[in-house]
Amino acid sequence: MDKYKRSLSYYFLAAFFGLFVLFLYGPMLSMFLLSLQGTKGTLTFPMRGFSFYWLQSVFAEQRVGNFVEAFGRSFSLAIIIALITVVFSVLAGLAFRKQFKGSSAIFYLTISSLIVPSILVSLGIGILFSLINLPVQWFSSALAGHLTWTLPFAFLIMLGIFGRFNPAYEEAARDLGASETTTFWEVIFPLIAASVVGVALLGFTLSYDEFTRTSLISGATNTLPLEIFGMTTNVTSPALYALGTLTTIFSFALIGVTLFTIQFLSRRQIK
Amino acid sequence: MNISTSTTATTTSKNQSQIEQALQNNAAGVLMNSVTKKYGSFTAVEDLTLEIPAGYYCCLLGPSGCGKTTALRMIAGHEEVTSGDIFIGGRKVNQIPAAKRSTSMMFQSYALFPHKTIWENIEFGLKMQKVREAERRTRVGEMLDLVGLSHLGDRKPDQLSGGQRQRIALARSLVTRPQVLMLDEPLSALDENLRVRMRTELRKIQKQFGMTFIQVTHHVEEAFSLSDQIVVMTHGKIDQVASPEELFDTPASQFVAKFMGDNNIFQGKVINCVQDSDLDLIQLEVEGLGTIFCRGHGVVIGTEAACSIRPDLMFVEPYSPDLPAKSSLAANQISARITAVEMTGYVTRVCLMAESTGQELLYKVRTEDWRSNSLHEGQLVVLSWSKDNCIFLAY
Repeated sequence: MDKYKRSLSYYFLAAFFGLFVLFLYGPMLSMFLLSLQGTKGTLTFPMRGFSFYWLQSVFAEQRVGNFVEAFGRSFSLAIIIALITVVFSVLAGLAFRKQFKGSSAIFYLTISSLIVPSILVSLGIGILFSLINLPVQWFSSALAGHLTWTLPFAFLIMLGIFGRFNPAYEEAARDLGASETTTFWEVIFPLIAASVVGVALLGFTLSYDEFTRTSLISGATNTLPLEIFGMTTNVTSPALYALGTLTTIFSFALIGVTLFTIQFLSRRQIK
Repeated sequence: MNISTSTTATTTSKNQSQIEQALQNNAAGVLMNSVTKKYGSFTAVEDLTLEIPAGYYCCLLGPSGCGKTTALRMIAGHEEVTSGDIFIGGRKVNQIPAAKRSTSMMFQSYALFPHKTIWENIEFGLKMQKVREAERRTRVGEMLDLVGLSHLGDRKPDQLSGGQRQRIALARSLVTRPQVLMLDEPLSALDENLRVRMRTELRKIQKQFGMTFIQVTHHVEEAFSLSDQIVVMTHGKIDQVASPEELFDTPASQFVAKFMGDNNIFQGKVINCVQDSDLDLIQLEVEGLGTIFCRGHGVVIGTEAACSIRPDLMFVEPYSPDLPAKSSLAANQISARITAVEMTGYVTRVCLMAESTGQELLYKVRTEDWRSNSLHEGQLVVLSWSKDNCIFLAY
């Protein structure tokens, strides 16, 4: 196959794809570079020296708030969201394998909630909380806001996962005398485990970088995206980029760990 | 395959394994009484009444969508009956879930748990029955021995070949000592050669343990070679229940005669029926072909009916203008032209077309015998067959 001659369209498409990747990662790359500015550096090129000063500054208290605390809040919130999302979407997925009365109504109601403008959802939750006289907090009202986003998505994915699931496995388990609970933990769950990890990651990332739905209901303290947004209007130093760089590295690490877990789990699944 | 070693063990009872002793005489019969299954407005199985005696190998045979799988799944408890009753070993099981029916099912794709090892797969049913660890080990070991795959206990199902998977599925189903084993198209995932081998193996195990096997298949040859009892189904109803020999010799309906493959069927009007020894002698008037004599009973003169003749029970001679084809009590005769000759191995299939009606006919002959004649494609011949081999079909 060495003598295989590639057509002109191959080079054209390859160049096109190269451009696509450049547009995708170019901004991120320039942000990485600018976060390594020297201590006298500004928000734009050229680089004035090289230092880790701005990266370190992220961990120090800022004028507009505290990144470390904001990260802590966002991280905890995302973990809680991921857990709730997984539990409820798996349960919903199991329920929707059986035809029950009103199932299609619930399905469309759930899906259509995705197209309601995010800011209205946020506003609505804010109004509801003031009506019932509860203070808006990142762990209460913002949690609710995030769930309106993650649950319908995860639900759709679980429908797809269970759509591909061969019911003969469960029937075989039941046939051999397993109860419904045993069937779930011994057969169904191990087979969907890899997908469930994927759903958890989805819930986590949707929550971790959610901005609009959180904007009106996070209360007195900010989540990380809100903190960064606040910073863009006030902070004029490369600390902004440094923060971006660190959260990006964190995200990549998380994706790496998840992919590894999924691969590990799916090795136990049927090919 | 050390199936054979296990078989010899049955003759000397002291060598008999625990599992063999447990399975023997454990078989139960199945009775379905006016069972109907409806999915909304669609009726999958209609008013099905069937008795399968204990220790029988029964095949539910029919084209896809005839309700045979639904019937099997209802016995196993994976579908609820809409109406009617199912009894297993005399016990009514309508309200009993699959897990507690003392039946076991081998699924079409085997449904071996892909995340468990072969050993864990077989052990699963015993764990569910809360069998103690030590006994589980003995029983799983015996089962693996029985199917001759003891060395594969640590493997995962996707590391096994199709035939091995089939045997593991069988082992997993038998380890819980079911009274009835249900098999849903167990051989359809295998290639032709393996299918024939596994078929023999299934029958051997069934006989060895005297178990009740109920199998769904759309493969006529498979049903013939395996069964004590064949249930031919179409459109959710039973067409005929018979032993393979009976079914082969005397199909009860045009559908059965056609489904069995290559039978030649002639439709016509009953013009005469004379009582004769065992079976009545019936005269059928077939439009364009004249009279055909056949055997049957329960015949009303004047009704539209049909008759069937097996393609291997006919004779072919060159046509001669001096002796035009005409049926008599001695032999049914029609003139036909050879349209194609297919050598398929041991058997040669000769396709013909009736000269007067254009009806397509089939004649099957041993390839050796065909070679010894001088007949060829396009030639006009006389097809003849005895009235005693020609089966009357009332519907």
